[in-house]
Amino acid sequence: MSALLRIEDVSVHFPIHKGLLQREVGEVRAVDSVTLELKKGEAFGLVGESGCGKTTLARAVLRLVDPTSGAIWFDGQNISGLTAKGLAPFRKRIAAIFQDPFSSLNPRQKSGQIIAEVLKVHDYAGDVQARVGELLSICGLAPRFAELYPHEMSGGQRQRVGIARALALEPELIVCDEAVSALDVSIQAQIINLLEELRAKFDLTYLFIGHDLSVVRHLCDRIAVMYLGRIMEMGTSEELFDNPRHPYTKALIDAVPEPDPEGEDMRDHVALKGEIPSPLNPPSGCVFNTRCPIAFDRCTKVVPSVTRLGKTHTAACFALQTDAAQN
Amino acid sequence: MSLLEIDNLTVSLSQDGVETPLVRGVSYSVAPGEILALVGESGSGKSVSSLAVMGLLSKSLRVTSGTIRFDGRDLLSVSDKQMRKIRGRDISIVFQEPMTSLNPVRTIGSQITESIEENLGLSKANAKQRAIDLLKEVGVADAERRLKQYPHHFSGGMRQRVMIAIALAADPKLIIADEPTTALDVTIQAQILDLMARVCRNHNTAMVLITHNLGIVARYAQRVNVMYGGRIVESGTAREIYTTPRHPYTEGLLRSVPTLTQDRTVPLQPIRGNPADPFTTIPGCRFHPRCPYAQDKCTKVVSPFKDGVACHFPLQSAQKEAV
Repeated sequence: MSALLRIEDVSVHFPIHKGLLQREVGEVRAVDSVTLELKKGEAFGLVGESGCGKTTLARAVLRLVDPTSGAIWFDGQNISGLTAKGLAPFRKRIAAIFQDPFSSLNPRQKSGQIIAEVLKVHDYAGDVQARVGELLSICGLAPRFAELYPHEMSGGQRQRVGIARALALEPELIVCDEAVSALDVSIQAQIINLLEELRAKFDLTYLFIGHDLSVVRHLCDRIAVMYLGRIMEMGTSEELFDNPRHPYTKALIDAVPEPDPEGEDMRDHVALKGEIPSPLNPPSGCVFNTRCPIAFDRCTKVVPSVTRLGKTHTAACFALQTDAAQN
Repeated sequence: MSLLEIDNLTVSLSQDGVETPLVRGVSYSVAPGEILALVGESGSGKSVSSLAVMGLLSKSLRVTSGTIRFDGRDLLSVSDKQMRKIRGRDISIVFQEPMTSLNPVRTIGSQITESIEENLGLSKANAKQRAIDLLKEVGVADAERRLKQYPHHFSGGMRQRVMIAIALAADPKLIIADEPTTALDVTIQAQILDLMARVCRNHNTAMVLITHNLGIVARYAQRVNVMYGGRIVESGTAREIYTTPRHPYTEGLLRSVPTLTQDRTVPLQPIRGNPADPFTTIPGCRFHPRCPYAQDKCTKVVSPFKDGVACHFPLQSAQKEAV
């Protein structure tokens, strides 16, 4: 299978300006040399804590921010250098669903208008109203919802409208940025199931950004774990969760409390020490070294390269390189 | 003897002359040193019932019936002045959002010592020493220097540690923690909850932990009250609730959450519909429109709370049969 999306050595750095002359005094390395590929029809997850760069990377894919270096390939074409005009055909093919359905829908438009707007902007040739009704029903909403304003709907219903809007132009790739995080537990499960149904039905590819590991594990075929702008470990859901190799992935999985008291008693809880360092001033060497339980001298000086641990499993850690060499 | 005893508490919102009950006859008790969890979705009444305990209900909200007894005193009949003394000294609260619950224009030190001076009547110098000790206890390094800093110098996790230090300042008997880690990252969340559990153990402090996260409940709470539509629908030890849920809502909630070990290919089993809107009249059991087992009786008669569950047809045997 060929790659639908290829992110090639992408970095996104934001300059920091200070003083009267607004001189550049430094930069935030939000995303640092990230490379990954999404196959067509795949659900790919990006997980990590706040400030790890997962949202910035997603925004770079949507071309809402420009990468400082590197290239983003969509369906064989480099879209990172395209102008707004050149980008227009790709805008139809890449859609987005955001976290907060409260702020991503216009409060002064009815949901029908919100969806119709996307169709009109892209000169939809067919019957706009019929298409709106169809999209709502695909997302499990009765036609009468077209006449409702966002505040007249519940959180789950609003998120369904957000999904209907994303589907309007039959995209191939949907970037889901914390798409279920703001929802109540019982509603979250409804939306997760809807996203899975839609993927199967329309052969969609998802780039799913989340901080809830159990949700991402459930929804995604492959996952990359990010920390301070870099990918720490990447693999299939099974590889990552059954056999996490990077110390950060291990700590992250261990930190998630599971809804099962007996299982909880069996797990060892080694709370990760310290705080996430500021991305303004990331640690030298491996960015995780300040919190890593097994860091040694080299980790503080040199950035570890990516080690291949299996066919689809990779990690960036010196401890694993020595393991791999010994084997 | 229980430390906190809430009996048949009803809290209503009055708006345009209409009274809407948000908490509908809730009863529970907390023993000294115990960690009790209140779990539920938005609008379940879990936060409002706890604000009532603190005497912090906003003007439009009012306790319409029931009693709240704390340490032998009736909290609903004490004066505002007395309540202020209880708050902070005997009961303290940790809110979700450490960004907004600290005063941004005052130093951390002045905010901690304020609480100490007010509640313990210590001198300035002694209060400062106590503040340093407290910050050390909650894991803030370099406490003496940190006292002079402002909230914006602290990260989210560190601010929540400061909030816990303030909550602990007067060595209270009860801490109400309203979603204390919802705004924090997972690794920081684990640190903070471990800290709170340890502090409660060391000081024999009781805690009411309000959360929507079933995993947190399983890891930290001894007893659990599951709330839905303003009522407690099920109550029991964490183990009972998770292994043999008896209310269909509890079962539905547990089936809705993905876990780190379940089969990924099996779809989740969400509860149909939306959480009960407090402003909508729902006859009978408020969960019945979403309940897969609802029968005729459920649509007409409110299910009384009996033997730890508020359901006409509790699920007690379903799971045992399956085994």
